[in-house]
Amino acid sequence: MAYVSLKNIYKSFGKTEVIHGISCDIKDGEFIVILGPSGCGKSTVLRMIAGLEAITSGEIAIDGKVVNRLEPADRDIAMVFQNYALYPHMTVYKNMAYGLRIRRMPKAEIDERVRNAAKILELTEFLDRKPRQLSGGQRQRVAMGRCIVREPKVFLFDEPLSNLDAKLRVQMRLEIRNLHEDLKITSIYVTHDQVEAMTLGDRLIVMHDGYAAQVGTPLDIYEYPATQFVAGFIGSPAMNFLNARLDPSGESVEIPGNVKLPLANSSLPEHAGKEVILGIRPEHFEPAHDGAATLDLTVDHVELLGADTLVYGHFAEDKTLSTLRLSDVQHLDKNTKLHLTVPPQKIHLFDRETGHRIGK
Amino acid sequence: MVEHRPWLTFLTHAVLIGGCLIIAFPIYITFVASTHSLDEITSTFPLWPGGHLIENYTRALSVGPRDLGATVGTMMLNSLIMALGITFGKIFISLLAAFAIVYFNFRFRMFFFWMIFITLMLPVEVRILPTYKVAADLKLLDTYSGLIFPLIASATATFLFRQFFMTIPDELCEAHRIDGGGPIRFFFDILLPMSRTSIAALFVILFIYGWNQYLWPLLITNDERYYTLLIGIKRMLDVGEGVAEWNIIMASSMLAMIPPVLVVIFMQKQFVKGMTETEK
Repeated sequence: MAYVSLKNIYKSFGKTEVIHGISCDIKDGEFIVILGPSGCGKSTVLRMIAGLEAITSGEIAIDGKVVNRLEPADRDIAMVFQNYALYPHMTVYKNMAYGLRIRRMPKAEIDERVRNAAKILELTEFLDRKPRQLSGGQRQRVAMGRCIVREPKVFLFDEPLSNLDAKLRVQMRLEIRNLHEDLKITSIYVTHDQVEAMTLGDRLIVMHDGYAAQVGTPLDIYEYPATQFVAGFIGSPAMNFLNARLDPSGESVEIPGNVKLPLANSSLPEHAGKEVILGIRPEHFEPAHDGAATLDLTVDHVELLGADTLVYGHFAEDKTLSTLRLSDVQHLDKNTKLHLTVPPQKIHLFDRETGHRIGK
Repeated sequence: MVEHRPWLTFLTHAVLIGGCLIIAFPIYITFVASTHSLDEITSTFPLWPGGHLIENYTRALSVGPRDLGATVGTMMLNSLIMALGITFGKIFISLLAAFAIVYFNFRFRMFFFWMIFITLMLPVEVRILPTYKVAADLKLLDTYSGLIFPLIASATATFLFRQFFMTIPDELCEAHRIDGGGPIRFFFDILLPMSRTSIAALFVILFIYGWNQYLWPLLITNDERYYTLLIGIKRMLDVGEGVAEWNIIMASSMLAMIPPVLVVIFMQKQFVKGMTETEK
């Protein structure tokens, strides 16, 4: 149990800077998910915390103790790797006991810890097997067992579920969540899967090109994405973006085709007349009532998913493809015109130049 | 191959059996010659084994042929010491070298790798004179060390282990670092057990290589006590005006064949495994 603090972490490989200053305070027992597309540097951050990668500048502290120069083994962390990294020639038992044996723990205590971990993870009957005789999910559990027996201050997970099939992934996700609730060990979890991030994380760090684009609770990030990137990355199907302009009073936003959508929060006079990006999530469109400002969507094609229907189409002037999510099965023909509106509080505005969020 | 035609099966078997016979015939002749007295072979060469088998072999093992100061027994022991020395030495040095090249980041790493790699192109014969000079200066003539050490460096084995180590995922090394193990521990606890099948395969190849060394032992040994069996056999032929003791020579040849054959038979399973699969 420990808190971890990252202060202005930078990382360069040769002359290329890949991490441009990440700061975050992770509370005791918190489950933090680092989320981002591949190549955004999320694994590098994790590896710096683990001590597998040197920190170019900045400071990482675990429980207030700066660990920049400590070997991974001395940081009191444990890590689960994407490919499990189990020792192939050792049995499950030995795999879990190995780290403790190196630390010269008494045999009886090792045995107790390993059997205890095996019980939690339901691995008891597999203790004498070799990793190659196990299924993917079981191997994943052994990898976690190897961490649990160490009773470390911090758990690190590097995309631990991406080698599993979809069904197993859901199951393991729940197991990880349960495990964390039982053990309450500070955890840092790297993934590119937003569902994993949303369901597991107490807080998320959304990374983009080596920057932390936003840090916050999953719902916070969904409801108030800080940048256009975060808005597009979180949520599936992705948010629709339209070019728009704030009207001179700053009280409504106008999209090509002379449609004006009122804004919920008090006007934005300081941005009046500004060219902006309007963001609307596919699930936030509503059928228009009389008198409301309407957006006319021309249907291009429809995907029936059973539980809901995804409609792809375009708005009058704007040719960009937009997505709309309707609940239940809806049969719509091509070129049907849908009259839609958006509740003012579900409208997101982003600066067209910087991509930053405008207004609350 | 896919179809079942009786005459085709017959033909393939006939070809295989024929091939085996052609290869086995000289060995058979050697065996036959080793079971007769010298007179019997030198008159008309017999085609069937004779009755002097035990006599010839005991003589070879305990007394040795005339004019040679060493028995076949001693020479076999020398050969065995040399072959095993070379085999274990080569495997150990190559493992360490490959470990250094793959897992340590030091200056000129690639340079050293290529230096080792380039020596692949230089067979023992090319560097034999300078090697001899060095061995002589170090007073290694007529010693087991002299027989073994100059042949220990092996680019092939180093390269093989390097390729194997590179297939081991980096995460394994990282997991080991997090578990708190140092490099030496990683080598002995993780790499060595994982390379077991490759080591077994190399053992077979290298043992035969070591056993069959001829030129180097010939140069470095003058004292009969350090003769290896292959040199011994060659020396048995140098009888000048006299008649070579063909029956004893053939018995020695048969004995020379036994250890490599045993190694292959006993390590066959491991050998095939090492060549075809890796434990990952």
